[in-house]
Amino acid sequence: MPANNIIEISNLRRDFAVGTEVVYALRGLSFGVAQGEFVSIMGTSGSGKSTLLNILGCLDTPTSGSYVIDGTDVARLSRNELADIRNRKIGFVFQSYNLLPRTSVLENVELPLMYNRTYSSRQRRERAMEVIARVGLENRVQHTSAQLSGGQQQRVAIARALVTDPVIILADEATGNLDTRTSYEIMALFQQLHEAGTTIAFVTHEPDIAAFTNRTIKLRDGHIVDDSPVHPLDAQAALDALPTDEDY
Amino acid sequence: MNFSNLLRLALRAIMRNKTRALLTMLGIIIGIAAVIAMLSLGESVKKRMKDEFASMGTNSIMVVPARQHRGGVDMGNSSSKSLDLSDYRALVEGCHYVAAFSPEITSSGQMIFGSNNHFGSLTGVAPGYLLINNLEVERGLMFTDADVQSLAKVCVIGQTVVDELFADGTDPLGQTVRFNNKPMKIIGILKKKGQGNMGSDDDDVVLAPYTTVQKRFLGINYFFMLQASAVSQEASQLAADEIKHILRSTHHISEGDDDDFDIFTMDQVLSSMDKVMGLLTLLLTAIASISLVVGGIGIMNIMYVTVTERTREIGLRMAIGARQRDIMLQFLLESVVLSLLGGLIGIVVGILMAYGGTAAMALSYALSYKAIGISFVVCVAVGVFFGWYPAKKAANLDPIQAIRYE
Repeated sequence: MPANNIIEISNLRRDFAVGTEVVYALRGLSFGVAQGEFVSIMGTSGSGKSTLLNILGCLDTPTSGSYVIDGTDVARLSRNELADIRNRKIGFVFQSYNLLPRTSVLENVELPLMYNRTYSSRQRRERAMEVIARVGLENRVQHTSAQLSGGQQQRVAIARALVTDPVIILADEATGNLDTRTSYEIMALFQQLHEAGTTIAFVTHEPDIAAFTNRTIKLRDGHIVDDSPVHPLDAQAALDALPTDEDY
Repeated sequence: MNFSNLLRLALRAIMRNKTRALLTMLGIIIGIAAVIAMLSLGESVKKRMKDEFASMGTNSIMVVPARQHRGGVDMGNSSSKSLDLSDYRALVEGCHYVAAFSPEITSSGQMIFGSNNHFGSLTGVAPGYLLINNLEVERGLMFTDADVQSLAKVCVIGQTVVDELFADGTDPLGQTVRFNNKPMKIIGILKKKGQGNMGSDDDDVVLAPYTTVQKRFLGINYFFMLQASAVSQEASQLAADEIKHILRSTHHISEGDDDDFDIFTMDQVLSSMDKVMGLLTLLLTAIASISLVVGGIGIMNIMYVTVTERTREIGLRMAIGARQRDIMLQFLLESVVLSLLGGLIGIVVGILMAYGGTAAMALSYALSYKAIGISFVVCVAVGVFFGWYPAKKAANLDPIQAIRYE
């Protein structure tokens, strides 16, 4: 086991009781994610990738097996302990952004720090402004989500995920609601973050999005069917190659 | 999340749905306003009644003959002739807690002066009557014990009698009037007192020595009743006990037998009135507070709606690290703030209602600070009680389902 693994999963199982039957969503997964990796997790619906994402995100706990994130075994933690792990170690990016409506960009980004009492309101603001600048929205700080495009909203969500300085960012179909050009822009942003050292796990069912990552884990029926490093495409280059007349 | 952030969050959530918040608060507003108005009005009425009774003398004690039953027939209490001069003398000598005594007997009839006449009553009393009933002689003099001894044909009259008999401006002092055709000299005029408690005219009085009324007008040797004034309101009960003791001995009532007289103290009247007013206020307040329960249910209902509407927000907050307690507090505080805001508006409305009510009834306005304090506590309690289950529901949501809730 490499010492610098941020995530270490072994023999992970998750069963659901549906009525009288038991559904085996995950049937014994084992893999690790090293610090600074950009991994995509692929699979069709029913492959178990949502279940895996929930467990990786500490929203759910495995039926058996172990899941160690940043040195903490979370498989048997209580609900409140899991909430703290999510707050300190994980950054979520959702398909539908999930920004608070009628709330400014700044406040949306500050939100995770609200649940961390060690931050003063000034530190919170400074930290939020820092990550808003990293996603290129420093001129939109006081805009509300209704005043932003889909791509901008997803950037706010990414800033919100970055603000706690998590050990891993979990993106769930983060480009699923965006057009091709905006998707590439978001992927270019993820690649930038990755280059700066951020660890990212990207769940998607689109192969051309997974192509921008450095490693692809493929799931089928609760098993890993493929786990191989890939040479990533450059999202900025792909963006530049798009015909300009397709804009808007 | 700290308290000030939670409070800001709650206020913002409420301000986003102003109309809805106002409608939700309506029940609380009406409830609190009604409670405040009821308590304030009750307080004002109570104060007014107390003042009026106080003007009759808070220390006063009345002794009347007990109701008589003969062969199963209730003869009433005026049929009894049990109170007489010997009782009066024994009481005057024996009581320590009584400042003044006066017998009372009344004769009604026509009073004539010149071409004017007035139908009224002639009350036979002792000089102590003035002290007992908070009366004052404005001009002239009260008759004396010597006048009582000599069955003097003198009287002291009230302002109404002055107005009726001396409308032409003649000075009544020193004039002789005829009551039931017997002459009486006016030696004093009482200070105006105004309308009495039960609507009677306290100025329509003619006072004369009790001996004069007994012998010259009625030809009797008993009293209708005895009035007394205790040395203080606190001593009323002691004085009453004293009177009872003395009268039982002068009437030769043996141990275990019933009194043949009844004693009423103003203190008793006041405290029983206090009790009645208190009960009445409590009843009205209880009815008003039903609206608070209805208002609370309204809050509970809207909080359930809010929790459902904001399921995704709750899911997101949980995903980024909100503990169950954070979510619980967020929604609990929202319902408490909602209820408190309603309470504040209700307090203002209630004060205005009480103010208008007292003005309409010509009462002095008494703001009930206690009621305002209680209202605050009640509002917080309503907010917590009715916000608890919706908040609990929010805190118990599964983050996985909540965040994908459509």
